Amino acid sequence: MTRVTSADQRIPLVASLETLHGVRRDDEVVITTMGSAREWMRFGEPHPLDIVLVPSSMGHGTSLGLGLALARPDRRIIVCTGDGSLLMNLGSLVSIVAASVPNLVVIVFDNGVYEVTGQQPTAGGAGARDGARPVDYAGIARAAGFDRVFECGDVAQWRRSARAMLDGAGPTFIALDVEPVPGATAPHSPGRAADRARRFMDAFAAR
Amino acid sequence: MFTGEQIATLLSDLGVTHVVTVPDSTIGRWEPSIERHQALRLVRVCREGEAWQVAAGLQLGGATPIVMIQCTGLFESGDALRNAVHDWKLPLFAIIGYRSYLDQAKLPGDTCLVFTEPVLDAWRIDYRLVTEPSQLDVIRDHFTACRAAARPGAALIAE
Repeated sequence: MTRVTSADQRIPLVASLETLHGVRRDDEVVITTMGSAREWMRFGEPHPLDIVLVPSSMGHGTSLGLGLALARPDRRIIVCTGDGSLLMNLGSLVSIVAASVPNLVVIVFDNGVYEVTGQQPTAGGAGARDGARPVDYAGIARAAGFDRVFECGDVAQWRRSARAMLDGAGPTFIALDVEPVPGATAPHSPGRAADRARRFMDAFAAR
Repeated sequence: MFTGEQIATLLSDLGVTHVVTVPDSTIGRWEPSIERHQALRLVRVCREGEAWQVAAGLQLGGATPIVMIQCTGLFESGDALRNAVHDWKLPLFAIIGYRSYLDQAKLPGDTCLVFTEPVLDAWRIDYRLVTEPSQLDVIRDHFTACRAAARPGAALIAE
């Protein structure tokens, strides 16, 4: 496990996603959920291999990514999830390792709260743990069997290291310590999901 | 009801590529045959809701998955199923073990008999009930019809 963090620093969510947007390769699939979906859609015209998972079944971005990674081992699949979402589907980390998918990257944007519902603390966040330390998602990933695990709470380090973290044979788990976005709301759907599914399938098959 | 070899051959014939599963004591016995079959990949998940979303990803990626779970897992699956099948309109197919349909001695009063079929109806999953070993073709025909119409479906296997 590689730790690139500083206790007092957290990465602004938008900055963390801008970095990912900047280093993302043209043939990589990026799945965004909840807060990451909301901010990702602000970056302009969607990429044909974006899946903005809105509407979703909360927590299942990792499972959707696993299916895509199994279907297309030749493509890297990057799943952006939140800590609240991941808590709803922690078992998916175990399933991912069992499926042995080197092309799957899970990035958890850990802000410790359910941001889109009014910033209530998650059960894993410091605000709900009565002095107990917050949940160590990188530690959970490592215990689930991930060999490539990274932690980052520093925006400069994330910018420098993001591409290298994404590359390499995974499955890969990246825990980013991010700041909640004050007043943030749930993302709006960018269009009928069924239409977007069809467009994605066409684009994915063609590339 | 069926042997693993019968199921593995059937799924392979139908063009299924991945079987996403949480086992029960009936469908779990099919796993070794499915794993041995070169055309099929068995994908083990931890919870049934996961199975629907893994299958959704497989479908989006151009594969032909099925979900293979018990009816108790169907109950757990609700939101994941709803999102994949109804929001994203992915025509997923499931083989679902129907606990206590044939054997009611082991779990007298098992409420699986009360809720399984109404839950499938509520989720608008067109299903066929399979109660006899002679009905392998019921699964074949229903899967083929659902694929042709690009709609979700299920085979409910009496246990």
